[in-house]
Amino acid sequence: MPRRDDIKKILLLGAGPIVIGQGCEFDYSGTQACKALKEEGYELVLANSNPATIMTDPEFSDHTYIEPLTPEFIEYIIEKERPCAILPTLGGQTALNIAMKLCENGVLEKYNVKMLGANYDVIKKAEDRECFKKAILKLGLEVPESMFAYNLDEARAASEKIGFPLIIRPSFTLGGTGGGVAHNMEELERVAALGIESSMINEVIIEESIIGWKEYELEVMRDHKDNVVIVCSIENLDAMGVHTGDSITVAPAQTLTDREYQAMRDASLAIIREIGVETGGSNIQFAVNPVDGKMIVIEMNPRVSRSSALASKATGFPIAKFAAKLAVGYSLDEIENDITKETPASFEPTIDYCVVKIPRFTFEKFPEAKDILGIQMKSVGETMAIGRTFKEALQKGLRGLEIGHKGLDNKLNYAEIPDEKIKWRLEEPNASRIFYIKYAMQKGWPVERIAQMTKIDIWFLAHIAQIIDLENQLVEVFAKKKKIPGELLRKAKEYGFSDAQLAQIMGTTEVKVRALRKKKNIIATFKLVDTCAAEFEAYTPYFYSTYESEDEAVLQIEKLTEKNGSPKKKIMILGGGPNRIGQGIEFDYCCCHASFALKEMGYDTIIVNSNPETVSTDYDISDRLYFEPLTFEDVMNIVDIEKPDGVIVQFGGQTPLNLAHRLDEAGVPIIGTQVSSIELAENREKFSKLVTKLKLVQPANGSAITTKEAVKIAEKIGYPVLARPSYVLGGRAMKIVYDQASLLDFIEEAKDVSRGKPILIDKFINDAIEVDVDAISDGKDTFVAGIMEHIENAGIHSGDSACVLPPPTISETIIEQIKKDTCRIAKALGVIGLLNIQFAIRGSKIYILEVNPRASRTAPFVSKATGIPLAKIAAQVMAGKALKEFNLSYDIIKNLKHISIKESVLPFSKFSGVDIVLGPEMKSTGEVMGIGPTVGEAFAKSQMSANQQLPVEGKVFISVRDEDKREIVFIAKKLQDMVFSLAATRGTAKVLRTHGVNTEEVGRYDQGKGDMLNLMTLIRENKIAMIINTPSGEGSQYDMRSIRAAAILHNVPCITTLQGAREAVNGIEAMKAKNFSVCSLQERYIAGRSVECAAS
Amino acid sequence: MNKAILYLEDGVSFVGQSLSTHGESAGEIVFNTAMTGYQEVLTDPSYAGQIVTMTYPLIGNYGVNEEDVESTKIHVKGFVVKEFCRTHSNYRATQGLIDCLNTNNIIAIEGIDTRALTRHLRLQGAMKAIISTEDFDPASLSKKLEQVPSMEGSDWVSQVTTEEKYTWKDSEAKTVKYKIAAIDCGIKFNILRILARLGCQVHVFPAKASAEEIKAINPDGLFISNGPGDPAGVPYVAETVKQFFGKIPVFGICLGHQILGLALGGKTYKMKFGHHGANHPTKDLINGRIGITSQNHGFCVDVESLSKDDIEIVNMNLNDQTLEGIRHKKWPVFSFQHHPEAAPGPHDAQYLFNYFIEMMEKHKKK
Repeated sequence: MPRRDDIKKILLLGAGPIVIGQGCEFDYSGTQACKALKEEGYELVLANSNPATIMTDPEFSDHTYIEPLTPEFIEYIIEKERPCAILPTLGGQTALNIAMKLCENGVLEKYNVKMLGANYDVIKKAEDRECFKKAILKLGLEVPESMFAYNLDEARAASEKIGFPLIIRPSFTLGGTGGGVAHNMEELERVAALGIESSMINEVIIEESIIGWKEYELEVMRDHKDNVVIVCSIENLDAMGVHTGDSITVAPAQTLTDREYQAMRDASLAIIREIGVETGGSNIQFAVNPVDGKMIVIEMNPRVSRSSALASKATGFPIAKFAAKLAVGYSLDEIENDITKETPASFEPTIDYCVVKIPRFTFEKFPEAKDILGIQMKSVGETMAIGRTFKEALQKGLRGLEIGHKGLDNKLNYAEIPDEKIKWRLEEPNASRIFYIKYAMQKGWPVERIAQMTKIDIWFLAHIAQIIDLENQLVEVFAKKKKIPGELLRKAKEYGFSDAQLAQIMGTTEVKVRALRKKKNIIATFKLVDTCAAEFEAYTPYFYSTYESEDEAVLQIEKLTEKNGSPKKKIMILGGGPNRIGQGIEFDYCCCHASFALKEMGYDTIIVNSNPETVSTDYDISDRLYFEPLTFEDVMNIVDIEKPDGVIVQFGGQTPLNLAHRLDEAGVPIIGTQVSSIELAENREKFSKLVTKLKLVQPANGSAITTKEAVKIAEKIGYPVLARPSYVLGGRAMKIVYDQASLLDFIEEAKDVSRGKPILIDKFINDAIEVDVDAISDGKDTFVAGIMEHIENAGIHSGDSACVLPPPTISETIIEQIKKDTCRIAKALGVIGLLNIQFAIRGSKIYILEVNPRASRTAPFVSKATGIPLAKIAAQVMAGKALKEFNLSYDIIKNLKHISIKESVLPFSKFSGVDIVLGPEMKSTGEVMGIGPTVGEAFAKSQMSANQQLPVEGKVFISVRDEDKREIVFIAKKLQDMVFSLAATRGTAKVLRTHGVNTEEVGRYDQGKGDMLNLMTLIRENKIAMIINTPSGEGSQYDMRSIRAAAILHNVPCITTLQGAREAVNGIEAMKAKNFSVCSLQERYIAGRSVECAAS
Repeated sequence: MNKAILYLEDGVSFVGQSLSTHGESAGEIVFNTAMTGYQEVLTDPSYAGQIVTMTYPLIGNYGVNEEDVESTKIHVKGFVVKEFCRTHSNYRATQGLIDCLNTNNIIAIEGIDTRALTRHLRLQGAMKAIISTEDFDPASLSKKLEQVPSMEGSDWVSQVTTEEKYTWKDSEAKTVKYKIAAIDCGIKFNILRILARLGCQVHVFPAKASAEEIKAINPDGLFISNGPGDPAGVPYVAETVKQFFGKIPVFGICLGHQILGLALGGKTYKMKFGHHGANHPTKDLINGRIGITSQNHGFCVDVESLSKDDIEIVNMNLNDQTLEGIRHKKWPVFSFQHHPEAAPGPHDAQYLFNYFIEMMEKHKKK
């Protein structure tokens, strides 16, 4: 059956902000779905609150709604757009949960909206653990023994029946939030309480522990004709007990015989049929007892997932695209495999390489949190590497992770690590365990012992041991002969050793190793990812490097040249690598846009990236995709064969920027802003000179290499100062320091991060408004595309701060001045492409805080808010177009009829024990956008989108620092007027009462435990609707920590700045007025432009 | 580790390292794209006379065990891989693959760019090849290859068929409901295991057994097995089979299917590089279902050569539209090109055995 004609208009739900457990893989799946459905001619309505996504680009759907992903708002959209169907299986758990709610509350029925992909019963059966268990047992398959609990008494009873250790999993959550392992009653109570809390239906499953078993996952697709295929099998290196998102995983499965694999395949087919997923992709997880092969079914997701994105990239099989096509009526045999163009999609990919995925953690951002891994996901990103062997892929993956490792190398000297520590690091899963395996092996610990401690299968460990054996051999041979023979060098490259690793072994530089091996003709060859192990001719330009005899990229390039005569000019775009806090989806958005824009201009585009979650690594975004680590060596290997006419380094965040200098030195043609300009902006001293020359003002500052220098500079400038290492993104290790002792602490902490680069010290400007500016320059003209006013004061990282566009409280004069300054800076720096400047404004004084001649985190937000595709224009400018050709004017922004607010989304609930107070180091994982006619409405929407729904009634607890006490009175009064009741600590309460605000007094820590319990109890009993708490210095911050932690646990909005409180009150006002409107971006842009037309 | 060369008929060569077996071995080289199941592949008699290269680069991961065998010995002429696994892991493993190949004196070579080799075979077609650990001279190797008989027209079945008739014994056998005569052209054990589980007592006959010998046991059905080489090289089997048409149900798999095609008046041809893998989609034209199937064949029945009046096409390959299954319009005769018994591969087509059972059931009632 071809596509369905009974539906015309489809509503696609996105996944909202990037959070731990739900990353940009859903932008990838959503974007694929948008493209597929548009291609089929459906009218597409899209809802997503995340402005940094490609899918929310107005070109990808007919009606793009950047609105909160709540049942309420989706109902507004349905009411307005009247879609025939809703497709909820491509937007992660968020979309699935909303669709379930809309079904339960009758909205879908009321508006006659059909559910595509999976219906209510299917989702219920797969997601409700009791239903799922029944279904599995019915099939004669096994599940772990388990019981349900809805309160602590039931949890205790279950533990007595099943016995410790136990796994507690809440139903209906994402990324395993609130789950955990309990070895005793105390742990059980703690984990179960959290789990019941975080489950949408207050349900946890208490389950027999199968920790240490082997873990597998199968990606399954089914069509409406009941054809089922397995796209990919995945085996986890980390055994059961570590969330699969936090595990190193390998594709395909390695240690299953065909018999065992087929049994798992049979089980998957039976399960997807029994659960009844009508069309689309699902993933099913299994655990296998290594001792006797007993197979247990763990869980199933009746939707595309993180693993589907990984499986798509690992095999070349576009799961989400096909899922969308299946959802509208196609069957697998009716869809063509894009890659071979001659075979249908109804086949199972077979691969002839090994894929390794390694999670990227950000524990360094949360020093209070332990880097211990469990069943709750903690990683913020991942990298994928492809090699012909596991050894090669593992080493490529480790260097692609960008955590300072060049492969499976040593950061520590194994001999200096106590055995006891190694033992502990092996036994308790943690973020750096893979390196401790190496240390243990270097100490001579037998593989069997390590296997016993880690529960990692010996297959993986034996391969790691082979890498170490070869390393030892290299060291020995080099010590003896002072050189490494060609054959051995080749073997090292085949084992995935990087030039940098070899340089370390040979006591030389990476560049020299590179030259040496090229002389010996040991050069990387590129192989094709083709879904079929070369059985059919493939047309997809998707490559990975390895050391083999034949290079298919070269063959393909030659063929193209033959076909097209003179080849097109080529531009290579370097991506951002694994997501991390501070560098995420925003940069991928920019890279994709660069590719779109340059293709439009007739260039061939080449993308290099190593992040499987991204849209940029979809093989149809560029003309050729290289799935490779973003290191100098790997990029140069591609440059060698592609010989691009230009390379773009300013779109992928700090990762490619860090390579710029070396690439430039190697003669790679970097287009846009030149490396010298980038360095001028990054070099404090040179930049200060420039600022002085331009007669602009900068906070007093200096940079220091030594501790002594740092202390001297800080004294000269005067505390408080803002200290940070140079060349880092996301304010990594940035801190406001108030005295010399803290400065010394900072320098010690930052050592690892700054790696020999200077430490920057700036005067911290108190109580200033921070402003972010995004602009494009062609070297002559500069266009200021967006000025954003931060809601939080300067001092909070711009990535964590909420910001408003256009700026609501900044005067025309200042705005004009900012525009002028921006243009002058751009010209002086010689910026060609994007530019981001942060200013601080105090009174009428404008300070320049920072200039970044590259794509900023806010570029997509500005593009969505204004309808001006910043990254696209910038890419074309970099390729030689003049800004004049684009007909841009700031009036576009002035004429906008709406206010846009960007709010950040923080991961605190995933890291127990971490304080939620914001500072100069960025901590947010994602962002949302709220759009409305007023600041209040936009803010309220942004809070809802960030899952911080503002209350409309109840009790607000207030505790503010002395400086804020005057101003809080107005806020409190307003709250009182809106019939909130107020509670406050003594000091705040006194001030409020003096000003006639009725306030209940709640005690502080030092006033006795009884009082304190009082407040905690109120939070626990959900009697506090909102908390306003502005912390003063370090001491007081600590006082309120436990309260803030409790607030997070109970999902009570907790506002930590006065400005935030002000906007919250505005937002509450808007919510009380209850006249929210939803409006598509397309409508908003037209509204803005029509004014422009009327004026002219 | 010894240097070894893989030299192809067209002059292309690959150098790698051999395991401990020295010497030379020649045959037709084919690639297999299954990611699991090397033990089944090695012991599949259909690979007799062939050097097999696995497209999956890591081979030997789970060792070998006593159960996953498709015959009593390894049949391949040589084994070509990217990397052999040194430390296997699987609870059922009884031996490492390298040890197994060494003790069976199989010439195996690793360190080969098997993807380049596969691409070459895809473009140029399956061809003769020789692995040598002794002779690295192209001219001399080329000469040696000239002596190797071509797959086309040669009888490989006689080398793998059972010498004596035997009855399959199976631990999972059910109560016997049907007696089957199976002509062993290189039968895979999993076919026997499945038939036993379906309540069949299988009498396995040498390929050259006469129709009379077979009739003597009075079977409920006749099965023609898979096997190596060219169906045209074993005309005697087709002759035997013809004598059962219209008398008892006849079922064929792979080479058995091709032999039936010939016996029914069709023609077979040699494919460019054949189908060897576990991911080939086929469509059952009777019920419309798509199955992912296990395949291993270098010859194919020409659809056009079959009489449309007598024969119905019941199964097609979705990748290249080659013939995957036929049934006779009047007689209870049908056959499949792919392997419903899998091993290695998906079980999607296993239900096809039931057709055979149903035919026998119907026939018995008559």
